[in-house]
Amino acid sequence: MQKLLKFLKPYQLELILGPTLKLLEAIFELLVPKVMANIIDYGIVRQDTGYIARMCGLIIILGICGMCFALTCQYLAARCAFRYGADLRSALYQHINKLSCTELDRLGTSTLINRITNDVTASQTGVNMFIRLASRAPFLVIGAIVMVFLKDPQIALIFVIVALLVGVLLYFVMQKTIPLYSKNQKKLDQIARHTGENLDGVRVIRAFSRQKQEVQKFSDECADLEQSMLAVGRISAILNPVTFAVINLGIVAVLWFGGIHVNAGGLSQGDLTAFTNYMTQILLAMIALANLIVVLTKAQASSLRVAEVLETEPTMQDGSEEINADNSINLNDSENREIAIAFRHVSFQYENAGDAALTGIDFELRRGQTLGIIGGTGAGKSTLAALICRNYDATTGEIRIFDKNIREYHLNSLHHAIGVVPQKAVLFTGSIAENLKWADADLTESEMQKALKIAQASEFVNALPQGVETHLVQGGRNLSGGQKQRLTIARALAGSPEILILDDSTSALDYATDAKLRTALREEYPNMTKIMISQRATSLLHADLILVLEDGHCVGMGTHDELLESCEVYQEIYHSQMQENKKK
Amino acid sequence: MMKNIIFRILTYCKPYQKYLILTILCTLVGVSLSLVVPVLIGTAVDDAIGAQNVNFMGLGRTTILLAVTILLSAVFQWLEALFINQLAFGTVKDLRSELTAKLEEMPISYIDGNPRGDLIARVIPDIEILSDGLLQGFAQLFTGIVTILGTLILMLTVNVKITVLVVIMTPLSLIVAGKIAKLSHSSFQRQSASRGEMGALTEEFVGNQKLVKAFAYEQRAEERFAVMNQELSDAGLKATFFASVSNPATRFVNNLIYAAVGTVGALGAVGAFPWIGVMSVGKLTSFLAFANQYTKPFNEISGVVAELQNAVSCAQRVFEILDADSEPDDSDHEILNSSACKGELEIKNIRFSYTPDKPLIQNFSMYAHAGQKIAIVGKTGCGKSTIINLLLRFYEIQDGEILLDHVSTKQYTRDSLRQQFGMVLQETWIFTGTVAENISYSKPDATREEIEQAAKAVHAHGFIKRLPDGYDTVISDNSGLSQGQKQLLCIARIMLRNPPMLILDEATSSIDLRTEHRIQRAFEKLMQGRTSFIIAHRLSTIRNADWILVMQDGNITEQGNHDMLIAQNGYYAELYQSQFAG
Repeated sequence: MQKLLKFLKPYQLELILGPTLKLLEAIFELLVPKVMANIIDYGIVRQDTGYIARMCGLIIILGICGMCFALTCQYLAARCAFRYGADLRSALYQHINKLSCTELDRLGTSTLINRITNDVTASQTGVNMFIRLASRAPFLVIGAIVMVFLKDPQIALIFVIVALLVGVLLYFVMQKTIPLYSKNQKKLDQIARHTGENLDGVRVIRAFSRQKQEVQKFSDECADLEQSMLAVGRISAILNPVTFAVINLGIVAVLWFGGIHVNAGGLSQGDLTAFTNYMTQILLAMIALANLIVVLTKAQASSLRVAEVLETEPTMQDGSEEINADNSINLNDSENREIAIAFRHVSFQYENAGDAALTGIDFELRRGQTLGIIGGTGAGKSTLAALICRNYDATTGEIRIFDKNIREYHLNSLHHAIGVVPQKAVLFTGSIAENLKWADADLTESEMQKALKIAQASEFVNALPQGVETHLVQGGRNLSGGQKQRLTIARALAGSPEILILDDSTSALDYATDAKLRTALREEYPNMTKIMISQRATSLLHADLILVLEDGHCVGMGTHDELLESCEVYQEIYHSQMQENKKK
Repeated sequence: MMKNIIFRILTYCKPYQKYLILTILCTLVGVSLSLVVPVLIGTAVDDAIGAQNVNFMGLGRTTILLAVTILLSAVFQWLEALFINQLAFGTVKDLRSELTAKLEEMPISYIDGNPRGDLIARVIPDIEILSDGLLQGFAQLFTGIVTILGTLILMLTVNVKITVLVVIMTPLSLIVAGKIAKLSHSSFQRQSASRGEMGALTEEFVGNQKLVKAFAYEQRAEERFAVMNQELSDAGLKATFFASVSNPATRFVNNLIYAAVGTVGALGAVGAFPWIGVMSVGKLTSFLAFANQYTKPFNEISGVVAELQNAVSCAQRVFEILDADSEPDDSDHEILNSSACKGELEIKNIRFSYTPDKPLIQNFSMYAHAGQKIAIVGKTGCGKSTIINLLLRFYEIQDGEILLDHVSTKQYTRDSLRQQFGMVLQETWIFTGTVAENISYSKPDATREEIEQAAKAVHAHGFIKRLPDGYDTVISDNSGLSQGQKQLLCIARIMLRNPPMLILDEATSSIDLRTEHRIQRAFEKLMQGRTSFIIAHRLSTIRNADWILVMQDGNITEQGNHDMLIAQNGYYAELYQSQFAG
């Protein structure tokens, strides 16, 4: 929470001035009944029409001043809240960008999105409402008590008791309902998730004819939500009536005891009218505050969630070195090329995971060479790629890139040097050209065309009516899976990376296209170090080095021919595919 | 339009009629009693005229009466809140249940054609806004009307002429509120548009944070974020400020009314305006309180109207789905029995396209003997998956017919037809639930042994056992299972089901070859004697199909068995060679 207060600091002026103006407005508002009391006590009693007219003018002036104060306060509140919200949102986003994958995994992307959007907005609304309204009720109460105290300390005691009672009531209702509100929200989220799942799985559900059961499940969830909403409703329903009763009974007490004091001569009839008016004002302000309580408690819960992210420290230390591949070395001399990637006894374990994802991995890859990684589902292939990108730091052992420990590099520089094609083809809203410029903002048209061509995408892209300017909606919904995958490959190539990682990213391509792609990569980018993760042994036949992974262990390493000789697992993988080939 | 929608929402309240009536009654009583309170206060004040001049008898009676009135009013206000909750939450439950049920019977084309987020938004926030705005708004409106009418009557009993003065001044606050609402409306629209864009941007960037990192795109992302953030902040500031002007402004107008009433009343009391009549101080106090209460609902009405409009537009979105055509009712069609289904399939001259201007499948015909294994190959987008949509009648053919055992599939109910197929799609579907629940989705009454048997058949038993709670581990689409593991679970579902026909659409695309090779045996066994359709990129998995269809642009360009097609040396042969060319 402390972290968030920092974001309010630049707006101290608003934070002080806003409530002060509100206080002035409240005082002016309280003065109105007082003036009215004067009209009654002096104007009517003395039959002084001039006095009455003057006081009437005063009420109007008080009203104008009150309105001006209120408007200024509203403006300051809105300005403070929205600027605070914008600052917080930007800071939160920048902070998320600093977090490493370990923290991202721990927090989960969907909650992060929620925190940037909904939680920041709720926190911002809270600030706005606090300045505007929440400060009003206490001011009114305190102001009223002071005004009454000056006239009649004993009657003021009634005000104090009423204020305390209402305060206790508010506290009680808040404490009871807040946990219930968050429970309701969870139930609502569950229905949202269930709806989403049903939309995603509509074909499966209908193929199994499970619609009736799904409808039943929904109806149960809705009924369950109804019950818990009613449960909260029962508690919060007492808030307004009880506030109403307490404050009005306060008026009864004021009338009775006030009557005694009037009889004794300490109070006037006008004072009595003013007192009951104060109470009514307090009632209105309290009811406004009660209705605000939900907003404020939501804001508090949201602020805590935002703070939680801001308090998450990135566990990864950034380095300072820039990647510099030495282009002066004779690239034709493949034996003497520099070592691009080296793993030395690398083991890695995900946070909170029981088993190591990778154990004792050792290999060296020279610049321009191709590394193939093959292995079963969950063998650790993608994890190995993630380590090369330094998404995670190795638990033990050392990873060296261009002869320096990977930790010495500036992460930005490292990521610029590595082109990644992820398993899942994700594109971003915007034109195809904008997507291709992800790695390099200054990409030229010819570079773009080259990347598209090698990724086997130029044919279909140029056939589109607007070519590379074609707008992609919702992550490329208007493209087929294969087309999207080719664009993600082009996007990685467009950055002319030193190292290219293809994480099983040709699965949506048919064989002919896949083969053309691999040939083009080999011929057009001889200096690019390539890492290909695949489940097809045939895709890796020409790799300079193939790692065979099983359950995080390297069970075979070498060229295709060597592995075919020596590695049992590789033989099994290869033959499972070729066996059928032989039948031919 | 608005009236129709409100009326329609009221029909949803019908089962809760009782609560609606009780709400109205309680509001009437509660509000009326609360209006009496200032009258009694006035009476009490009149009993305390000055020093040594207080009528304690009268004051005592009035205060006791006042206390009773207050307590009764509070009780009725409390009851009103309870009843309106029953009414609102019950109606919302029914509406939401109906909407989710409707989604289950919408044509697939509707679900494919509408953004997922938009459909979910209708089920969740739209209905929430509907509940808040319409039902609570209704309560507020009703309370407001009762208050206005009640205070009007009370004011009339005190002084007709000043009441007329108040009524004449009333439109003032309405006009002010209306003007402000109009001004702020466009800023609100800009704000919500801006908020939507911000949400979409965040969802894209943070949702793909690892990709943002991989491309070192952070800085540019932050720049784009900052631009949009500024826009949102500016729009929000304007909208919020404009909206918040309304309250002080109407309060000022009410203040004018208050001043006018006070002055005129006081002048009347001193006899300056004989035509007004003389009022006692207590009466004036009561009248001032009435005037205050009378103007208050007008303050709120502008807010209520905005909320109502918002709620009506949300209701409209909900009704849009409820009014859309469901899949036509086919309960009078024949029910296809699994035991009677032999699996002889004939597709005759069918024609189909998703959009009328883009013809896809034209004049497509094929024939499958019962128990044959048919493979379909072709480039992405050539219409392979469309064939599945048509076979299972997710979409209806536009011409021609599909015959199952010589009977048009349109003669059967869709449900019973679909149950004849076991389908595994490339896009895996895992819902939030235990592993066992996910597997037994195809057969809810399956025993644990059957489930484990199915899992073992697809070699998923091993990894399931390693999960924290084994078969009882709760999983979801993004709970950390790999694509391959999810695919195994989807295949296990089919293993459990044992349907007469099979459709495998890239069913093993994410499973590594070794595992696939092992599952292959289970598949072979499953396909034994069953008509099966296989779509795959990996030609090795379809080599031994009985018949292979090569599709290009929605038509079959080559067909035959593997050897025939290789001998033809056409497109299939080219595809096949490239696979092993390396």
